[in-house]
Amino acid sequence: MNRRHIPLITELPLVIWLVLVWGALWQDFSPGNLVFGALIAYVVVNFFYLPPVELTGRFSVLWLVPFLGRFLLQLVTASVQVFWLAVTRGPTLRNAVVAVALRSHSDFLVTATGHAISLIPGSLVLEVDRSTSTLYLHCLNVASVEDAEAVRRDVRATEAWLIRVMGSSRDLAALRAEEASR
Amino acid sequence: MVHDVVVSALLIGGALMSLAAGIGLVRFPDLLSRMHAATKPQVLGLLLLLLALAVDNRSWILVPVLVLCWVFQLLTSPVSAHMVGRAGYRTRHLRRDLLTLDELDDVVARAADGDHGGPGRTDAPDGGAGGDRT
Repeated sequence: MNRRHIPLITELPLVIWLVLVWGALWQDFSPGNLVFGALIAYVVVNFFYLPPVELTGRFSVLWLVPFLGRFLLQLVTASVQVFWLAVTRGPTLRNAVVAVALRSHSDFLVTATGHAISLIPGSLVLEVDRSTSTLYLHCLNVASVEDAEAVRRDVRATEAWLIRVMGSSRDLAALRAEEASR
Repeated sequence: MVHDVVVSALLIGGALMSLAAGIGLVRFPDLLSRMHAATKPQVLGLLLLLLALAVDNRSWILVPVLVLCWVFQLLTSPVSAHMVGRAGYRTRHLRRDLLTLDELDDVVARAADGDHGGPGRTDAPDGGAGGDRT
């Protein structure tokens, strides 16, 4: 097998995740079961090879909690908003495709941002330009240029939160500088 | 008693979210707006239903499985929405008359000019400009 060897430390988050899934599926978190799960996870990771996910090397639990709170709140708002639009506006809805340039160039962060904003207020990722890390979003109920600007601000705010939670230290420094200059 | 009230409130909330998705699917005008209805209320709906299950079950051992269910939905539903949305946009299954602004159109046109007949743009020049279903 002539594949690039991946150090165990890069695989560790994936192995831990697989062990947790194993425990959850068996509904049994006893040490014996977890050790067996770890064995299987290790074999799976090595036999079913995937390119390693490049994490950013930073993770802040302190910022994660308020981010999750904000996320849940926006999830509820988004769902109620879609419900309201479906009932009141229906076929007369006006939409827009908006381009949003993100700050970060990390694949991981762009993916995370795309995921988060697909789930919260009225936006859906249509296309990603990796070279400029621009997201093209389809947005519900955008009637004017100001609305589109609001969407852009919203998405960049979500990205800022994600950078605080798990952005690389370079992205974080850039964000701090941007906030300071405002 | 209180317990039953909480469970039924959660179940009704979850069911309402499914109803929202259903109404959205019927009433929204084109594919892309329907994808919004198909993804967003469902995530909250499933969360409420799973919460109801967790409360009703009164044991902690089921919680990890329920969390897992929700996490997998969180991970998969934006991806499926993205794939459907992207395919829909590229095959012109959208109604341009409903868009107030389209910043992707120029980019796609430029990319198509760059590599003549490349995979970027597969539709006819005026293919369904007026929408797929009117």
